[in-house]
Amino acid sequence: MIHSPLETKALFHVGPVAVTEAVIITWVIMAALVGFAIAVTCRLSAVPSKKQTVLELFVGAIDDQIRSTMQVEPGPYRALIGTIFIFILVANWSSLIPGVEPPTAHLETDAAWAAIVFCATIFYGVRTRGLAGYLRTFTEPTWIMIPLNIVEQITRIFSLIVRLFGNIMSGVFIGAIVLSLAGLFVPIPFMALDVLTGAIQAYIFTVLAMVFIGAAVAQEPQESPTSQKGK
Amino acid sequence: MEHAIQLISIFSAAMAVSFGAIGPALGEGRAVAAAMDAIARQPDSAGTVSRTLFVGLAMIETMAIYALVVALLVLFANPFVK
Repeated sequence: MIHSPLETKALFHVGPVAVTEAVIITWVIMAALVGFAIAVTCRLSAVPSKKQTVLELFVGAIDDQIRSTMQVEPGPYRALIGTIFIFILVANWSSLIPGVEPPTAHLETDAAWAAIVFCATIFYGVRTRGLAGYLRTFTEPTWIMIPLNIVEQITRIFSLIVRLFGNIMSGVFIGAIVLSLAGLFVPIPFMALDVLTGAIQAYIFTVLAMVFIGAAVAQEPQESPTSQKGK
Repeated sequence: MEHAIQLISIFSAAMAVSFGAIGPALGEGRAVAAAMDAIARQPDSAGTVSRTLFVGLAMIETMAIYALVVALLVLFANPFVK
C-alpha cells in the first residue's frame, strides 16, 4: 500500500517540534545553496573568472525576467525572487537523488513559500504606495469589488500552494505507482518528465510571485495578460 | 455503513479525476492549436510563443491537478471514514 501523500511522519522530536524528512532535506538544500553562494562570491573581481561569469549570467537572466514581468528595476526584488526560483528548482530536482523525496511534494513547504509571497506582496505594496494607497487598490475598479478583491488575494495564494504541491506530488506519486506495478527502471521516463515539470513549476511559481508583487507595486493599474491567470 | 462510504469514496475519486480531466484536456488542445497556428504564421516569435505556451499550459493543467488533489483527499483524508 502506498502511503498517503497528505500526511508526513516525524523522524524525531526536538522538544515539542516534530522534525520530518522534508525539513531535513529543506535544511540540506538551504545549506548547500548558501555554501555555494558564499564559495562563489568570496573572490569577486572586476575581471570575472569562469565561475563568476556563469553566476553573472544567471543573475542577469533573473534581472531580465523581473524587468520584463514587473516593469520595475530589479534591485529590491532580486534576492526574494531569485531565492524562490533557485530553491524551488533545486527542491523539485532533488527527487533525482535516490531516496530523497522533494520537500515541495509536501503541502507544508509550499504553504510556507506561498505565505512568504503573500507577506511580500503586502510588504512591498505598503512600502511603495503607503498603507492608505495600498488599501485603496482593493477598491479598484469600484468599491463594490472590495469583497471580491479580498477573496482573490486569498484564493490566488491558495491556488499557488495547490498548484506546486499537486504537480510535484503527482510526479512522485506516479513514480511510486509505476515502480510498484512494473518494477525497477520503468519509472525513468516519468522521472525525466518530472525534471521538465519541476523546472516549469519553479518558473511559474516565480512568475506568479512576480506578477502578484508587481500588481501591488505598479504605479498605475495596467491590464497585463498574465495578471488574469492567477486563479 | 463504513463499507458503503469507502465504496462511494473510491467511485467518486475516479469520477472526480475522469470528469475533471475533460475540461483541461480540451483547453490545452485549444491552447496548443493556437500556439501552433501562431508559430506557423510567425516563426520568428517561436521562442516567446512557446515560453508563454508552457506557462499557460501549466496554468490550465492546474485545474486537472485540483481534481487530482480532491480525489486524493477523498481517498486518503476522507473525514467520514473512521
